[in-house]
Amino acid sequence: MSVKARQRSGWSLAFIVVVVVSLVPVFWLLMLSLKTPASATDGSFIPHHWTLDNYRDIFKQSVFTAALRNSIGIGLISTALAVLLASSAAYAIARLDFPGKQTILAVALMVTLFPQVSLVGPLYNLWRQIGLFNTWPGLIIPYLTFALPLAIYVLSTFFREIPWELEQAAQIDGATPFQAFTKVIVPLAMPGLATTFIIVFLICWNDFVFAISLTATNAAMTVPAAIAQFPGVSQFTQPIGDIAAAAIVVTIPVMVLVLLFQRRIVAGLTAGAVKG
Amino acid sequence: MSSGAIAEPAAATAPSRRPRLSDRSKAERRLAFYLVAPAAIVMIAVTAYPIIDTIILSLQKASLDQPGKNTFIGLDNFGYVFKAHLFWMDLIHTAVITVVSVGFEFGLGFLLALAMHRVIFARGLLRSIALVPYAIVAVVAAYAWQYSWSLDNGGWIPRLLGLSGDPLSHQFGTYVAIIMTEVWKNTPYMALLLLAGLSLVPDELLEAAKIDGASTWQRFIKITVPLMKPAILVAVLFRTLDAFRIFDVIYIFSQGANNTASLSQLSYSTLLERLNLGLGSAVSVVLFLIVGLIAVVFIKGFGAAANPAAGADA
Repeated sequence: MSVKARQRSGWSLAFIVVVVVSLVPVFWLLMLSLKTPASATDGSFIPHHWTLDNYRDIFKQSVFTAALRNSIGIGLISTALAVLLASSAAYAIARLDFPGKQTILAVALMVTLFPQVSLVGPLYNLWRQIGLFNTWPGLIIPYLTFALPLAIYVLSTFFREIPWELEQAAQIDGATPFQAFTKVIVPLAMPGLATTFIIVFLICWNDFVFAISLTATNAAMTVPAAIAQFPGVSQFTQPIGDIAAAAIVVTIPVMVLVLLFQRRIVAGLTAGAVKG
Repeated sequence: MSSGAIAEPAAATAPSRRPRLSDRSKAERRLAFYLVAPAAIVMIAVTAYPIIDTIILSLQKASLDQPGKNTFIGLDNFGYVFKAHLFWMDLIHTAVITVVSVGFEFGLGFLLALAMHRVIFARGLLRSIALVPYAIVAVVAAYAWQYSWSLDNGGWIPRLLGLSGDPLSHQFGTYVAIIMTEVWKNTPYMALLLLAGLSLVPDELLEAAKIDGASTWQRFIKITVPLMKPAILVAVLFRTLDAFRIFDVIYIFSQGANNTASLSQLSYSTLLERLNLGLGSAVSVVLFLIVGLIAVVFIKGFGAAANPAAGADA
């Protein structure tokens, strides 16, 4: 009885520690974003003078609004394309028997583990020659490449758990393999597709290496790159309030996704990595 | 594919040891090809071209501000890289950050995984909150911790610790802050991979051991850990390779000042700031050779089951 009680209080303590440690830095940023510039560095957790000026300020700057538009657009397009291409590949891997299956998976694994910085120089060079530098496709293509392997892993794991008798039934009823895929399997695969969509979107939303190297202006620069280049009042001061406010704005969609789809994200991340 | 099981229909009807492909399996192969090709082409084109280009450039004297004047110089770039003090320093920085942060991530990640596995109340909430650092944009995480650590910016950590100097003004403090950011951001991912392994440990086995008188620690070391070995190796391998290419956190913290630059930083600044394509490419080649070496050591040395085939055959 007392052992049980002690265990329970132990886990409660662990719970509190996890919550505090996970949220303190985010809370600190939130409070910084609500302080006036004069009091930004006063070191207190709770602002003495509350203000929304930092938010008004960043939404007045085209650097930020353009970056937000770019992040959302590039993120959604890359994610949609990645899920589309990955779902057809994952279907083949999960369902069909063909040579080279292991090679595909091995190549995909190598791509995920590849140091992105190693690709940046040649891509920068090539993009400038063919006019993709500082454009949406110029970021979408590398995002697609790094999102595809994970998407293929996660989706093929989900696809293996689908009741395939239904597909056979459809084929017996005269559907072609392609029809069986689009009419029967896709609806059943929706939970897996949604999971993959969320995880891939987070990856694209998060990227910094490509964004800082392959973009230069409002035309394609995404928020992480834009924040890092916010102009300060002078060369030697960082616009802390603006950076904090911008950081909070890009964190909001992330928080919403995590709180709403925690179960899916956990399932997806673990499905992709370890199996048996 | 399992071959020992009760013969699959295709095998059962096969007339000879090496059956000719039936029309159906030919159609299946063709369909598979069409389904896989788009994804495979994108992945290979976008990675293969830069890799080959990087290797070629690493053998040339090439500069972005002098296009078309590349000359082949063999392995001179590599000789220059290996002679440069900066390269070895950055290699050491990267290695220190990788080893220390992955070590902490593993220890804390294991505890977090156990907590997520065992905590009964508000399990969903706990997992959601633990996922926040994982999902947050790395640049945002870096700013959050930088502002927390910087004395000049009124950070709370120096106050909490009663420091009089700015911890971010010297190497050790910057290291601690960078590693803490990495650990904060990546422990949840490590924990999730370990959690997947934990869920494979059957409760009955632990119960049986308990009845036989095994202590909590014995059960953990003799049952849980061995059964989790594949998950542990994959988690540590993934995180090690990821940590080794650290870039954004250091970029935000210090731009590599205070002697904390990583190899990725060196490669980036040589390529895109000093516009030296040849030398920068040589650094890139060395970086991906090291990453490859780490992967090989893990897979061959520890038998990490990072083998995607394990999933494909399941």
